[in-house]
Amino acid sequence: MSANEIIIDVLKKKARQFRKEILETITEAGSGHPGGSLSCVEILISLYYYKMKHKPDNPNWPVRDRFIMSKGHASPVLYVTLADCGYFPKEELKTFRKLGSRLQGHVHISVPGVELSTGSLGQGLSVANGIALGAKIRKVDFNIYCLLGDGEIQEGQVWEAAMTAAHHKLDNVCAILDCNKVQENGPVAEIKNEEPIADKWRDFGWHVIEIDGHNFEELIPALDEFDRVKGKPTFILAHTVKGKGVSFMEGNAKWHGKALKNEELALALRELDEGGR
Amino acid sequence: MMQMKATRDAFGETLVELGRKNRKIVVLSGDLEDSTRAEYFKKEFPERFFNLGIAEQDILGTAVGLSLDGLIPFACSFAVFLTNQGYGVLRISICYNRRNVKVIGSHAGLTVGPDGATAQCLEDFAITRVLPNIIIISPVDAIETEKATRAMVDICGPVYMRLGRAPFPIITKDSDPFIVGKANILREGKDLTILATGLLVSESLKAADALAKENIETKVINMHTIKPIDREAIIQAAKETKAIVTAEEHQINGGLGSAVAEVSSKTVPVPVEMVAVNDTFGESGDEEGLLRKYHLKDVDIVEAARKVLERK
Repeated sequence: MSANEIIIDVLKKKARQFRKEILETITEAGSGHPGGSLSCVEILISLYYYKMKHKPDNPNWPVRDRFIMSKGHASPVLYVTLADCGYFPKEELKTFRKLGSRLQGHVHISVPGVELSTGSLGQGLSVANGIALGAKIRKVDFNIYCLLGDGEIQEGQVWEAAMTAAHHKLDNVCAILDCNKVQENGPVAEIKNEEPIADKWRDFGWHVIEIDGHNFEELIPALDEFDRVKGKPTFILAHTVKGKGVSFMEGNAKWHGKALKNEELALALRELDEGGR
Repeated sequence: MMQMKATRDAFGETLVELGRKNRKIVVLSGDLEDSTRAEYFKKEFPERFFNLGIAEQDILGTAVGLSLDGLIPFACSFAVFLTNQGYGVLRISICYNRRNVKVIGSHAGLTVGPDGATAQCLEDFAITRVLPNIIIISPVDAIETEKATRAMVDICGPVYMRLGRAPFPIITKDSDPFIVGKANILREGKDLTILATGLLVSESLKAADALAKENIETKVINMHTIKPIDREAIIQAAKETKAIVTAEEHQINGGLGSAVAEVSSKTVPVPVEMVAVNDTFGESGDEEGLLRKYHLKDVDIVEAARKVLERK
């Protein structure tokens, strides 16, 4: 195995572990959004374990790269990632969605490592742009990553923000689309077709990179390519599978916002342990 | 002759001055900087000014991003667009996140005039007042606007300030105190209290003069802060005068009148009459004509005073 292969093998193992922790966290809570959390596991791992400069022991480090989770319902994947990085104890994941917990149902700013409370879809990219503009005004060098859902980009504000980022040449902004093809009540293509997504963002003035969002060997070069793009923002169209990793959840809208029962969880964990997928 | 000046003019001038001293101030505009007077800032500090086009949600969201690293963004547009179109962003990205964003809504109230109902913001108090963490300021004149603009820079958190298009009579002095959340008593009286905000304060003073001729002594309070509402001022007025009239260039539901009634009914219940737009949209017209037609003049306040005294 080459060094690269070893690294990717480690990341893959982490992805399996994250999927298990996400599902355990949601089942413990009795509610939550598993489908859209499982679909962006590799994206978050690539950011937090490869690309972003950040310090879990100093969440407010001024020159850290920023991550905005615009699809705020995918809180489990972010909380699991931050806990794994060491921003807060893993034990706390058991309090997710419970009264008095910092781990609110949708991403909340009181959690160490979280930059912005989100949950009303469509708002994150504008904020990412604002951080980017501020960094340019203050002449500070860091990047801002913003994760969007494909259902989410039906919100008009996303396109207002898309125009702003391009107009102001925010090459420190990288929007990543977790394009899992399924929203709460069915396939995106049937509810409100968004294709051709890549052309739309290209026409809006973005540098577009289209990849398999579960493949580290595509995610990592895409994030490196973003570094090299100057004068325009980058949009990574990451094709993903909703509920990725659990056969009975994959591509099924039913698992957008529903917790697995204990026996379903056991089945899912067994599949993930077998690690075939 | 009373001196007149638009509150938006005072805001624009003060913002430039603040910009000279405080490099953290940045200004966002929804392509209305000519109207909101944010263009004064744009001329002097183009590198700290962004016209983000006609996109109020994006303007408020971008302001949040700018605030996250310690800059102090002023988001400026018409009150109606920022508070209505931008409401979801105001609620979550700004108020829920407690961001240090200053939302400046000009052209509020009926006195926008000929542009008509679509531009006449009459519901901003009602819809912003129900949001936690926000401070709402409605200055009475140009001098108070200057003080309010300075004061909000020292507050770390969301502030909404409503400004008018038309020149307002100048009724305060440079030496008058301005404390956010602390109402100013402009005139003492024992028979009733008028609690008013914005342009309607000067109408209330005229009404108090007219009532004085009938030997009715009217206390007049300038409610420049809508949230947090000055509970003490309301309770004291209710105790002393046992009758209240409210006056505002706003819908009758949910605004200053409602805020005052909420406090009074829970503490010192007294009859309250409200002078406001009576649950209808406005229309095109000259300012004076609109104020008359929609019953926001001194004579309407006198009428309300008579009614409330009958109920006392």
